[in-house]
Amino acid sequence: MDLILKVWRQKNNADSGRFEKYKVKANEHMSFLEMMDVLNEDLLAKKEEPIAFEHDCREGICGSCNMVIDGRPHGPNNGTTTCQLHMRFFKDGDTITVEPWRVKAFPVIKDLVVDRSAFDRIIQSGGYISVNTGQAQDANAIPIEKDLAGQAFDAATCIGCGACAAACPNASAMLFTSAKINHLGLLPQGEVEHSKRVQAMVTQMDEEGFGMCSNTGACEVDCPKEISISNIALMNRSYFGSVFGSDKGSK
Amino acid sequence: MRWLINFLGSSLGQKTIMSLTGLFLISFLTVHLLGNLSLLLNDEGYTFNTYAYFMTHNPLIKTISYGLYFFIVLHTIQGLYITFKNRMARGANRYAVKAKDNASFSSRNMALLGTLVLAFLFIHMGDFWLRMKLDWLPTVVYEGYAEPMSNLYERVAMQFKNPLIVIAYVIGQIVLGFHLWHGFQSAFQSLGLNHPKYTPFIKGLGKVYSVLVPAGFALIPIVHFLLK
Repeated sequence: MDLILKVWRQKNNADSGRFEKYKVKANEHMSFLEMMDVLNEDLLAKKEEPIAFEHDCREGICGSCNMVIDGRPHGPNNGTTTCQLHMRFFKDGDTITVEPWRVKAFPVIKDLVVDRSAFDRIIQSGGYISVNTGQAQDANAIPIEKDLAGQAFDAATCIGCGACAAACPNASAMLFTSAKINHLGLLPQGEVEHSKRVQAMVTQMDEEGFGMCSNTGACEVDCPKEISISNIALMNRSYFGSVFGSDKGSK
Repeated sequence: MRWLINFLGSSLGQKTIMSLTGLFLISFLTVHLLGNLSLLLNDEGYTFNTYAYFMTHNPLIKTISYGLYFFIVLHTIQGLYITFKNRMARGANRYAVKAKDNASFSSRNMALLGTLVLAFLFIHMGDFWLRMKLDWLPTVVYEGYAEPMSNLYERVAMQFKNPLIVIAYVIGQIVLGFHLWHGFQSAFQSLGLNHPKYTPFIKGLGKVYSVLVPAGFALIPIVHFLLK
């Protein structure tokens, strides 16, 4: 299949960036990243600078193959990352526009690669359990309700790719932050520091300059792990609890 | 107090202000519609005028109305501020291809719809509220009332004879409907009220509300224009 690719090229963060058009020959069995590899091989053969894009596991769990394809983070299909998107979902002769995440808190490093350390800093602000619990104990030692375990696990499937903030019309990181708060807070080990964690992570999220959620739901549609915005509601409840239900800051 | 200032300044605090003021305005719309439906009665405006008199002279309602003005202003300012901050959060470059199918039209255009609703509100309040407050309306005397009252009904009936005003009101209500289509359920989500037990009900109610209430309001100018 013959495709025309409109790809965002940007030398570095100081560069203003522009779209470049490329022709690429792909076949429908290729993943989107393999098609990009073919394009880069062509560029190298022509002694041109290949397109920088992040990729690692190529099986949908590392959260690094981030690109906005025709306006949708990770492409038009739901529940998959770019590496899991196959060229059979495109038609011969298609023009495909490829852009980086456009979020102010994720500055572009080069071409399609953005700096997502804002997410790392949100995690560092409280997305962990600070009690040393020693050796891993027997899995059944702490009984946990099945539904709760399932809910925590659903939140824990977040791979931190940033598609939520990229898809959000407000560039809000609330789906990510709420998933990272809830996968700990729903379980007994994480519950102890829940209130403190919610405060710290929401504060850090605001400091990073992400936008404010207006409940459009675009994040959950484009999340490759299909994490539900009910996580955001749960985070909000927890946050209200940590503000109005704790005596911290009352003196 | 520091904790409260921190809360109101946080993203979640600002969303809370949006949803609480929004829910207050939603409850106001219901009361406003129920009262205004008396404009459809064939009693030469007796019910509506005495209702308007009650609403502007009862001390409790007068107090609530000051709250209403304040919440309209707060909802507007907070909404514009959030929109501004959210635009900043996107960064210098916007997407070349706009996604459409991952979020509804209403949810993507709340600020635009809200601004249009505000513009409608200015027209609407200038037409009726302002004139009543400034005593520009003719008065009417009803038995059992000590003083003559503003004949607001007369003004309404006159305004709704003008097809342009009727069209402006109908468009205003369509815009309001789209704003409520997202706003109603969004207010609950922002307050953290999302649960498989009641969220489907809230979403359903929001859709019914955002169609029925604006339709009810739009019915008044249409009926006046066509039948009165």
